[in-house]
Amino acid sequence: MADPVKLTINGVAVEAPQGKLLIEVARSMGTDIPSFCYYEGYSQAAACRMCLVEIEGMPKLMTACTQPVSEGMVVRTETPQVAEARKSMLEFVLTNHPLDCPVCDKGGECELQDATMRYGAGEGRFLEMKFHHEERQWSPVVYYDPARCILCFRCVRVCGEGLGAYALGVSERAVGEEIVPNGSDHLDCDECGLCIDICPVGALTSDSYRYQARPWEMNHVGTICTHCSNGCKTTLGVRNDRILRGNNRDRSGINGEFLCVKGRYAFDFNESDERLTTPMIRSNGELRPASWSDALRFAAGKLKQVKEAGGKIGVVGSTRITNEENFYLQKFAREVLGTNSIDHQRSGDVVTLLDALAGRSGALATTEDLYTAKAVLVIGSDLAQQHPLVAWQIRTNWRHHESHTYTITQGPVREDLHSFARVRVEPGREMEGLETLREKLAAEPELLIVFGDAVKGEKVRELVAFGDSLGIPVKYVCLVDTVNARGAMDMGLMPELLPGYRVAKDAGQPDGMTIPEMLAARDLSVLWSVGADPLADGALASEGAFVIVQDLFLTDTARRADVVFPSASLYEKSGTVTNVCGEVQRVKRAAQTMGAKADLEIIGLLAKEMGVAPVMGPWMTDKVFAELMRTVPGYNISLPVVTTGGAAQTLPPGHRIPVQSDPALIRSVGDTLYTSGTLGKYSKKLNSLMEGPGKLYEERTVREWTHA
Amino acid sequence: MLYNEPSPLETKVLTRLFGVPNSTSVETYVAHEGFVAFRKAVTMTPEAIIDEVKKSNLRGRGGAGFPTGMKWSFVPRNSPKPKYIVVNADESEPGTCKDRLLIEHDPMQLIEGMMIAGLVVGAKRGYIYLRGEYRYLIDILDKAIAEARAAGWLGENIQGTGFDFDCYTHSGAGAYECGEESALLESLEGKRGVPRIRPPFPAVAGLYRCPTVLNNVETYCSVPSILRMGGEAWANLGTPRNGGTRLFCLSGHINKPGVYELPMGFNLLRMIEEVGGGVRGGRKLKAVIPGGSSCPVLTAAECDLPMDFDSLKNAKSMLGSGGVVVMDETTDMVKVALRIMKFYQHESCGWCIPCREGTAWLKKILTRVYDGMGQNEDPALVHELATNMLGRTFCPLGDAAAMPTISIVEKFRDEFEAYVRRSPMANLADIDKRIPVRA
Ligand SMILES: Cc1cc2nc3c(=O)[nH]c(=O)nc-3n(C[C@H](O)[C@H](O)[C@H](O)COP(=O)(O)O)c2cc1C
Ligand code: SF4
Ligand code: SF4
Ligand code: SF4
Ligand code: SF4
Ligand code: FES
Repeated sequence: MADPVKLTINGVAVEAPQGKLLIEVARSMGTDIPSFCYYEGYSQAAACRMCLVEIEGMPKLMTACTQPVSEGMVVRTETPQVAEARKSMLEFVLTNHPLDCPVCDKGGECELQDATMRYGAGEGRFLEMKFHHEERQWSPVVYYDPARCILCFRCVRVCGEGLGAYALGVSERAVGEEIVPNGSDHLDCDECGLCIDICPVGALTSDSYRYQARPWEMNHVGTICTHCSNGCKTTLGVRNDRILRGNNRDRSGINGEFLCVKGRYAFDFNESDERLTTPMIRSNGELRPASWSDALRFAAGKLKQVKEAGGKIGVVGSTRITNEENFYLQKFAREVLGTNSIDHQRSGDVVTLLDALAGRSGALATTEDLYTAKAVLVIGSDLAQQHPLVAWQIRTNWRHHESHTYTITQGPVREDLHSFARVRVEPGREMEGLETLREKLAAEPELLIVFGDAVKGEKVRELVAFGDSLGIPVKYVCLVDTVNARGAMDMGLMPELLPGYRVAKDAGQPDGMTIPEMLAARDLSVLWSVGADPLADGALASEGAFVIVQDLFLTDTARRADVVFPSASLYEKSGTVTNVCGEVQRVKRAAQTMGAKADLEIIGLLAKEMGVAPVMGPWMTDKVFAELMRTVPGYNISLPVVTTGGAAQTLPPGHRIPVQSDPALIRSVGDTLYTSGTLGKYSKKLNSLMEGPGKLYEERTVREWTHA
Repeated sequence: MLYNEPSPLETKVLTRLFGVPNSTSVETYVAHEGFVAFRKAVTMTPEAIIDEVKKSNLRGRGGAGFPTGMKWSFVPRNSPKPKYIVVNADESEPGTCKDRLLIEHDPMQLIEGMMIAGLVVGAKRGYIYLRGEYRYLIDILDKAIAEARAAGWLGENIQGTGFDFDCYTHSGAGAYECGEESALLESLEGKRGVPRIRPPFPAVAGLYRCPTVLNNVETYCSVPSILRMGGEAWANLGTPRNGGTRLFCLSGHINKPGVYELPMGFNLLRMIEEVGGGVRGGRKLKAVIPGGSSCPVLTAAECDLPMDFDSLKNAKSMLGSGGVVVMDETTDMVKVALRIMKFYQHESCGWCIPCREGTAWLKKILTRVYDGMGQNEDPALVHELATNMLGRTFCPLGDAAAMPTISIVEKFRDEFEAYVRRSPMANLADIDKRIPVRA
């Protein structure tokens, strides 16, 4: 890197790397330069002319957003001439702006309002009629109001450059210019809402939030998206216990400002009319509402009775509840019920990967690594559909660092737009694709391999052996489905493994049943399902089994249940979850649903009812987390990082995991951008989006939208 | 067909084939020293050719007057990327109509100029970007290119010299802004015609981000004669620092409108009187737009000056594209300002705030004033808004809209005030500023 240069900004001497943009240098020293079109990380537009500054020796004002700093530069950012220029730019842009701030969604957090407060004229001199174009709805979730648009082109860039969807373009010219869906009158896009989020004004609005609230009326709660395993931080705007909006404008968290359609809109399942709000007990063959105390007594009584009689109990945990809850649940199963028959729906072979990597450190990638690795290989996953944040990180890495992306997939994937090399394979033949890339991969300085459930069992070991044979540092991400799928494994929701991947047998624990074994056991006495739906595609062989269900909705399993407890969603509780990269993040309660309780509390109340509360310990998130940190290997993570909303990566177990992972148990449900298991079914927003789109990359060759 | 009678005062260098029968054919061209310059160039080093062009004091004919030899020397000839030759034939500046004649009468001269530029930078491919309305020129050019190819003047190993070069035409879609070099390149690449951030300049990162020579039609057409005559002799046709001849497009209130090739530095008044046959109907001269509508207007009193880049700069105007628009004493300067602003408002590409919004606002104010609904503040407001645009827009189109406006308000303020005085709205601001008036 070149030597840093010295320059002065408003009389203050600063050093900065040669070539860094003046606007960034100024901002890094706390001198704000207003900007509408400049947006860090995207191509330069230099369209709004708000960032004009004085640079000594230049005949006219220069745009700080395009000006690289150089040695000896003398810059002034707040002179009368500069203020006057900004005032006049604002005067120009306001001529055709409707100034409907009192009803505009953006009012209160609008960059145009802010700039006008700071630099604008107090009075308008524009006497003429304003240009007006009607507002239009581009998709079930995206609306565009051209009158409010200040044509900063941020939306076009975030969609094209950022996401790779290239769904937005510019049409017409002069004052009639406007943003349009590319080649169509509506959007067939990812519906991610990034364009809405990045819009400095209220020109783009979302169906779910528009005209719902003013920003200052809401509580803004930073938590984690409940949908996929990528674990995006989302800031929920909540008013009166209702979630009105999801975004991450403060760019905190591992995902920066990224959210996909599910993180942005699919919180509406939370207020679905079909949420369970009261416990139910089966009587006379029908589920009927019951009081909490009756239902708890009923379920606890049955558990106690079956345990004492030595009957078979199967427990199914969830990939959507917190680590604390899953930990508490497996503890209940193992210590109170004395069974190892505890399982969850497995979606990736993390176990074999951890075993194959035993003894290594730094071989598991973080979300940040996806953005910094020099080369990334994607095997058998359509990331844009299934792991949007992973796809985003990889693409941004390519955009910012020219990293090389390799893909081995069955069909077209969005990574094709920028991939360095790609291989198409029949499903199941992914490993053959590896060899064709060997030479190129071996020439890379380092590699990050992302693989889905196409690689499981022995194939995982082959993959690691392949990685080793390249002779370069290799890191891995084993993709799993839902928000806490990784955490469920870490918490030992498997009959063969205790929390932290300790082998159950070695700890003297009896054998337990997997989910298929539970379903097949003719003598199963109790099936207890927490936030899962094992009967969705399978029936219980044991017809007389007593079924206890904790869930948000009346799932197939709940329909078969004898007792149903209404649970709180992830947005209604506190705790931690572990994402696909093994990063632990904190969830915070944002909303609440009358009648529902957090699963931790339900389990705790059952323990109390059974009189085993002292064994289980208090069902308080913090207490359980403290125990979990102490006892689960790898979870001794930095508490301040997690409590302040950061992500702390857990450590791999460090020892071999000598169990045979059964590939048949591992199956991704293959959610797309518009599905999310049970929760997705109850999200009106997701259902309103047409099936199939979000696959722009398959339909046309999208040309790079470049303008710089 | 000639559109106007040539003037005896002309120096026919670039236009020497105008009026010669079958002037567009290879045979006619070759019979009139065609490709002699190319033959000569093949024997020269690129440096020597650039030197000759530098000596000729040829300055870009597209408007800005940038020294062509210097521009060519900026091209990184040893870059591993392909190099391109691009001809700006977008000719859309109001008052300008010379490039079309150069193409219509002598397309081979343009092709030869491109070939020589190709030799200099090592380009094998040239593109001629024509304004959309010049549909008929595409046929002429395509025919000429095909003929030149058939005769071995384009294609591989041209005339056994080992030099490969070919060229292609490409039509714009009717945007003035696509004459701006970087917007032209975007458009040529098939994208929306909006300008690029510069630097890098086209010489370094032009078409497909490769080194590119981009010049006006007339600039390329000047090159063959420069090599034939020698740079110095060519320079001596004009004035110091402003070499050669230039095609001036005389239009407006003048007796003999037309395109005339005159030496650089030709006196403007003499041009109007002697070449153009004087102001129409013997009326008095009021004002002149000296180089296309983007240039500040000159009052009659300012017109006694040599037409070269430097003299016009001294007069706080520009030589621009050579479009000389003559206006007599009956001209309504408010209407002129409005007409010019209408053009720029319509042509603003919409990329940047000051130009997109400023031209629209100015058009509205000028329309209102012209419609007799002006207010006392309007002349000052027009001046201020145009000044606020000046130097702050993304590309020079904003300046091109602001400069003539500022000059007209400054030089003919009385006309604006007369309009406003007659307006029933004149003092409205004192009553209530905020009554909307009309679209
Ligand atoms: C708004 C705008 C329009 C322009 N239109 C033309 C044009 O139609 N023809 C042209 O040759 N140059 C035009 N130019 C100038 C070109 O940008 C460029 O300077 C020129 O083509 C370079 O060639 P030259 O060096 O031979 O003059 C225009 C510039 C601007 C800012
Ligand atoms: S994919 Fe759709 S919602 Fe996302 S940024 Fe592009 S246009 Fe907006
Ligand atoms: S819609 Fe918003 S982000 Fe897009 S150009 Fe308009 S103001 Fe900018
Ligand atoms: S990528 Fe996954 S975690 Fe992020 S917003 Fe989408 S569904 Fe939620
Ligand atoms: S000044 Fe701005 S809006 Fe006008 S043509 Fe240039 S880039 Fe486009
Ligand atoms: S921020 Fe620099 S021009 Fe918009």
